[in-house]
Amino acid sequence: MTATPIRPRSMGTHLTRLDGHEKVTGVAAYAVEHALDLPERPLHAWLVTSTIARGTVERVDASDALAHPGVVQVLDHTSARRLAKPDDAELAVLQDDAIGFRGQIVAVVLAETSEAAREGARLVRVHQTPAAAPAEVVLDDGEAYAPEVANAGHEPDTTDGDVDAALAGAAVVVDATYTTPHEFNSPMEPHAVTAVWDGEHLSMWDSTQSVHGVASVIGRALGLERGKTRVRAPYVGGGFGSKGLPHAPEMAAALAAFAADGRPVQLAVTRQQMFSLTGYRTQTVSRFRLGAEPDGRLLALSHDALSQTSRYKEFVEQTATSARTMYAADARATTHRVVPLDVAVPAWMRAPGEMPGMFAQEVAMDELAVACGVDPIQLRLRNEPDVDPDTGNLFNNRRLLECLERGAARFGWAERDPEPGVRLDGDWRVGTGVASASYPALFMPGNTTRIQALGEGRYAVSIGAVDIGTGARTVLTQIAADALGVEPGRIELSLGDTELPKATVAGGSAGTSSWGTSIVLAAQQLRADHGDDPDAGVETTATSEGYPDMENLALHSFGAVFAETRVHRWTGEVRVPRMLGVYSVGRVINPTTARSQFLGGLVMGLSGALFEEGYRDPRFGHVVTQDLATYHVASHADVGDLQVEWLDEEDTAATPMGSRGIGEIGIVGTAAAIANATFHATGTRVRDLPLTADHFLT
Amino acid sequence: MKELTYVRATDAAEAVAAVTADPDARFLAGGTNLVDHLKLGVATPGSLVDVSGLPLTEVESLPDGGVRIGANVRNSDLAVHPLLRHGFGAVSRALLAGASGQIRNQATTGGNLLQRTRCVYFQDSSTPCNKREPGSGCSAIGGYGRYDAILGTSEACVATHPSDLAVALAALDATVVVLGPDGERRVPMGELHRLPGHHPERDTTLAHGELITHVELAGSPVARRSTYVKARDRASYAFALVSVAAGLELDGEGPDAVVTDVRLAWGGVAHKPWRATAAEDVLRGRPLDAAAVREAVDAETRHATTTDQNAYKPAMLRGVTTSALTTLAGRDLA
Repeated sequence: MTATPIRPRSMGTHLTRLDGHEKVTGVAAYAVEHALDLPERPLHAWLVTSTIARGTVERVDASDALAHPGVVQVLDHTSARRLAKPDDAELAVLQDDAIGFRGQIVAVVLAETSEAAREGARLVRVHQTPAAAPAEVVLDDGEAYAPEVANAGHEPDTTDGDVDAALAGAAVVVDATYTTPHEFNSPMEPHAVTAVWDGEHLSMWDSTQSVHGVASVIGRALGLERGKTRVRAPYVGGGFGSKGLPHAPEMAAALAAFAADGRPVQLAVTRQQMFSLTGYRTQTVSRFRLGAEPDGRLLALSHDALSQTSRYKEFVEQTATSARTMYAADARATTHRVVPLDVAVPAWMRAPGEMPGMFAQEVAMDELAVACGVDPIQLRLRNEPDVDPDTGNLFNNRRLLECLERGAARFGWAERDPEPGVRLDGDWRVGTGVASASYPALFMPGNTTRIQALGEGRYAVSIGAVDIGTGARTVLTQIAADALGVEPGRIELSLGDTELPKATVAGGSAGTSSWGTSIVLAAQQLRADHGDDPDAGVETTATSEGYPDMENLALHSFGAVFAETRVHRWTGEVRVPRMLGVYSVGRVINPTTARSQFLGGLVMGLSGALFEEGYRDPRFGHVVTQDLATYHVASHADVGDLQVEWLDEEDTAATPMGSRGIGEIGIVGTAAAIANATFHATGTRVRDLPLTADHFLT
Repeated sequence: MKELTYVRATDAAEAVAAVTADPDARFLAGGTNLVDHLKLGVATPGSLVDVSGLPLTEVESLPDGGVRIGANVRNSDLAVHPLLRHGFGAVSRALLAGASGQIRNQATTGGNLLQRTRCVYFQDSSTPCNKREPGSGCSAIGGYGRYDAILGTSEACVATHPSDLAVALAALDATVVVLGPDGERRVPMGELHRLPGHHPERDTTLAHGELITHVELAGSPVARRSTYVKARDRASYAFALVSVAAGLELDGEGPDAVVTDVRLAWGGVAHKPWRATAAEDVLRGRPLDAAAVREAVDAETRHATTTDQNAYKPAMLRGVTTSALTTLAGRDLA
């Protein structure tokens, strides 16, 4: 059985966030706030990290640390439990003496208080020997190679036609290099774990986007039988991809729990440690080439993307994938190359691939518009493909142009003078810019939902999904209500626990789509098996393996982002007084939580455009802008008038709810819109993020 | 963090005596900087003498039109105090340009002046830093340099002083009143902070145990016509890339008005608030126009030392200085 589309009743309405009260009153318990649920008072763990980028640990001298009052134990690579399957190098914590990057976990201190643990960590003396070969930590240090696969299973290279020949024959050519720096997810709640080993079971409260993912990966590595690892995440203070897969701190907490032998262990990673241990978006260097007719119609398009990975584990940001699908061009080529370095491994950060890739592409398109003397929206209209250039499939619901046109009308684009650098308002040079946005509609199979009738039209709906602050708890309740044909108040939804049926990660903008489809399937199965008024106690469990039309259609969301920027004539400082995002994302299930998602994406995109930059010291190998005072994210004062709207539509080819994912598209294209607006304001084209004031000094 | 003893002082002289007697003791006021350092291992005092409860919380007017500010007046309160807003605009604006609302509510006047550099290496005890650990080396040289000093640097240190308030006080020739074991002394603001030289571990000329009790400002036409302009990496809660506190006194009206007095101090460029006396000299006695401002700034930055990462600072100083003087002149100088 596969799910069939459901009729919206609660879907599309502003159901108030169900856990809002718990959160704003501080009652919601996060990963290290479960002391009352624990069998005894927890020990506090603190991580000790390497201070060289490549070499070996000779000896961990814990004598001073152990002499400090309250310190109970210090684990290192000689004393930590051996993993059964240490094949994921990132998770092979304290398994050998090798140091693969600066900031790697080399010891864990356990103490009665967090203060004692922290001081104990300061007192641990780690004797390290640098490798004979110097550490390679920045792009120039290493040699790029062609990976076998990019993140999310993408082909690293594609070729269609002869790009070089087409460029040679093109009347207008844009050939430029665009860069984005190391960016850090920086969720409000740091990565944090409470772990207990009772001799048979490992129990964890984890700040994660996937309880089942953590349980299976950590449990397998530790050699625990299936079902012996329980992970709970009732509330999560943001992840943005950095909690999508388990990272080293989760394994450190598990190892500490074994060492504590029955005593619970709490570990909260410091903000500084998050810059080494919990993933980040690698810097990217994109060469983008466009060849066009004088009227802007593209003949050739190529995107060559360079990024870095770590030597001990590969991660390839799929920077060039959006170039495969966005615009029509007969000749097209994309490549991904990576440089392996002695650095912490990059990982997922909101819209991996699309965020840096669409920055490059949408600024390049703006440059082409200027070169051709064509309005940027008109240029995109002229390059609208008939079918998905990547797969040859029909787009099911490609409404990019409507997003652009609707946004243009609302933003006042028609009155725009295209001349750059000619508007001064007081001390501010004013400009506007636009960019397209796109994100694939992903769907993850293998989600299982259990629905139990409770009688009197009430139902318990259980799925081991996680609400990381997006509103999933609320939205899934609405989906369950509509799938069962009852009011949302009749649904008792349980999430965030591996005791509940298996669910995939809150990531790839695929959570609601994938979990929701499973809920719909289970509801329809329940009705098919037990009718409209099942007896209390009757239950049905169903697993969604797919949904029709996924294979034959190109399913993407689209959007258009408009920005006004003001650049100070004397200081070069950039302000963004207003932005507008217009999106085509299928049915919006909850306008309140969806609006927050789009706004959050725009703010994060603004933040990446103007502020965020992780500076890796080429001598030490770690990122030295490693707190929120030196790694700048947008403050309230940076955020002006943000407007978002969406097209009124449904896409039942994508999901039975008619929805597509919305978690990531808000960050896509946003930095490009702002960069394009700064060009319009100043006449200075900046191709490197962030767009700091020094770029615009005159 | 390291275990320490904590004493809440009720009397300034007792507090001074307590810290003077113990080389391992430190004063604690608002704690917005020191508490971070305790956690990070940047500071490891054996005891803290909390002076935040001392009754140094008044802002009093002085007979000459000046003002006397208690060291425990919170940054938020001082910024909006009518005496400061009307008589010392640069001070009020500098305070409001600093930190965030929450931090300003906590931070004190004295503590603001004694906050330490935010150089990333100073705050990272895994890297060498002469200021944190004398003789260990300077990691900022050759490293992350966007915020590094360009004036008065040494081979030992290129850190900048982070305070906005201190820049305004330097421009307006404030006096810092200090209580030590031998009684009170008055320190001109220009002599409170020092350049790094061979001893970047010393930010100020204060001796161990000396406590700032008050800051005094004399009233003057340049103080009344003063402002503060700060360029930064985001609109709030960011330290200065560069900043300027400026005061201006003109004789006459319009483009022909002659500068009779001008005060310029810069932030974000040196180990101390940088009083731009050479620039002031260029401007004094001549009409104010864009060329004069450029010439003045260039005169002061002629000996600036820059790297690829902070090479923007002289140009940005021209920008903020032009912006501030434009505002004070009330007309476009360009």
